[in-house]
Amino acid sequence: MQNEFAERNKRYLEYVEIKSPKTSPWKSLFFAFLIGGLICCMSQAFTDILPLIFKGMTLEDAKTWSLMLTVTLAILLTAIGVFDDIGHIAGAGTFLPITGFANSIASPAIEYKAEGLTFGVGAKMFYVAGPVIVNGVVYSILGALLNYLIYGVIFK
Amino acid sequence: MRERLNQTIQFPNRPKVIGRHAVVGPKEGGGPLKEYFKDVLKDDKWGEKTFEKAEKKIMEHAVFAAIENAKVSLDEVDVLFSGDLLNQIISSSFVARRFNTSYIGLYGACSTMAESLALGASIVNAGYFKTVACATGSHFSTAERQYRGPLELGNQRPPYAQWTVTAAACTVLSSSEENGNANKIGKNSGANEKNTVGNGKPAQIAVTGATFGKVVDYGVTDINNMGAAMAPAAMKTLVAHFEDTGRNADDYDLIATGDLGKLGSDILRDLCGEKGINLGPNYHDCGAMIFPFSDSVCQGGSGCGCGAAILNTYIMDKMEAGAFKKVLFIATGALMSPTTAYQGESIPSIAHAVVLEA
Repeated sequence: MQNEFAERNKRYLEYVEIKSPKTSPWKSLFFAFLIGGLICCMSQAFTDILPLIFKGMTLEDAKTWSLMLTVTLAILLTAIGVFDDIGHIAGAGTFLPITGFANSIASPAIEYKAEGLTFGVGAKMFYVAGPVIVNGVVYSILGALLNYLIYGVIFK
Repeated sequence: MRERLNQTIQFPNRPKVIGRHAVVGPKEGGGPLKEYFKDVLKDDKWGEKTFEKAEKKIMEHAVFAAIENAKVSLDEVDVLFSGDLLNQIISSSFVARRFNTSYIGLYGACSTMAESLALGASIVNAGYFKTVACATGSHFSTAERQYRGPLELGNQRPPYAQWTVTAAACTVLSSSEENGNANKIGKNSGANEKNTVGNGKPAQIAVTGATFGKVVDYGVTDINNMGAAMAPAAMKTLVAHFEDTGRNADDYDLIATGDLGKLGSDILRDLCGEKGINLGPNYHDCGAMIFPFSDSVCQGGSGCGCGAAILNTYIMDKMEAGAFKKVLFIATGALMSPTTAYQGESIPSIAHAVVLEA
């Protein structure tokens, strides 16, 4: 079948490509920048304000707390069903920061709760985040190996 | 009249629509067709624990309400034809479980309403069974989980995507009108001019023909672009229907596709234009009609419930009122599996057409 209709299908797919509406890059970029930027500003604000409230908190501690607060907020917004609405507009603006990672774990946890803790939440919780983690681990190993070769062997 | 011509069969015994019901979700119930949707859910979970249970409940509700509307007892229904979008058509089987009758489960994806009507009408026309129920349903939240991802995941939908309709509908067909609503009975189903408007009685709707579609695949692999995947199937079925019957698009008061969406119906117009079929203002797509046009629903509705709900409310209401006399309903289905889509396979699509006359 592939050969017989290859030409017809090729023509049709080219036509569909032209006919289908495209995402406007400028609009997407604008909202991603705006909302993603606001999220980053918020997290920076946590880092700056926390040491002022809790005397003696180091900058490192403040950064950790800031991350935890941002993640918690993203999970809360996911739980009350608001995060996906923001995500529809912001796109990469909410998906790329740590908020996207939090959402990608919280949303399957909510979704698959119905199938129970083991085969639902347990099995499916990392269904979206899993590939990200696997990629992260693989690339960090490659990075570390490269780092070792360059600085540990070549420029020793 | 020849009863069968290639893909098309005619039903000289005119199986009659004696009962029908559609129930829709809150989003659909607030759309442009809200005055036609008489049964609208306030909550799309309908008090159930899971969306799958809710889908089962709305389908059960639609089937029982349609049988009640037909004024027949449950025992008088000989066969239930039903299908849905979930794996193993589980919602339909749950409906059949509560229903003491023969059950024929169908999988035609979003084409199920036309498929069940065509099969139901065939069996009634042939006289094997007297009364059959044809049902289907879909739920946004169950379909989303099965075909895409978690509901609360904050990803963007491509602008050519569609929004699965939460709705269930059932049509009850019978070879005789006796059990049907007494006030619905026309004098003679053949003389369809007389029994419509004028005497105040609703016209009797009958299924008079069906064209069974062939699987068509033009190589679309993007599971979000179902309109583009299904439009060629709708075109092939339309071409076959017109060739087999010798009719043309102007012979119908309404040609309605099930859920091509705005993009898919535009593509269908183009594809039909190439074949010399001019789809005029009498052509509409149920998917493009059901929601108000907005960013979130993109190209409009999809799913079994989309065409089914509109057929059983808006279209049949208008037919009973005499506004439409002859309607061609073509429900299209993207017969895809997420597994094979990830493996890079393209989407086989199908379209079945039924002719309804009042």
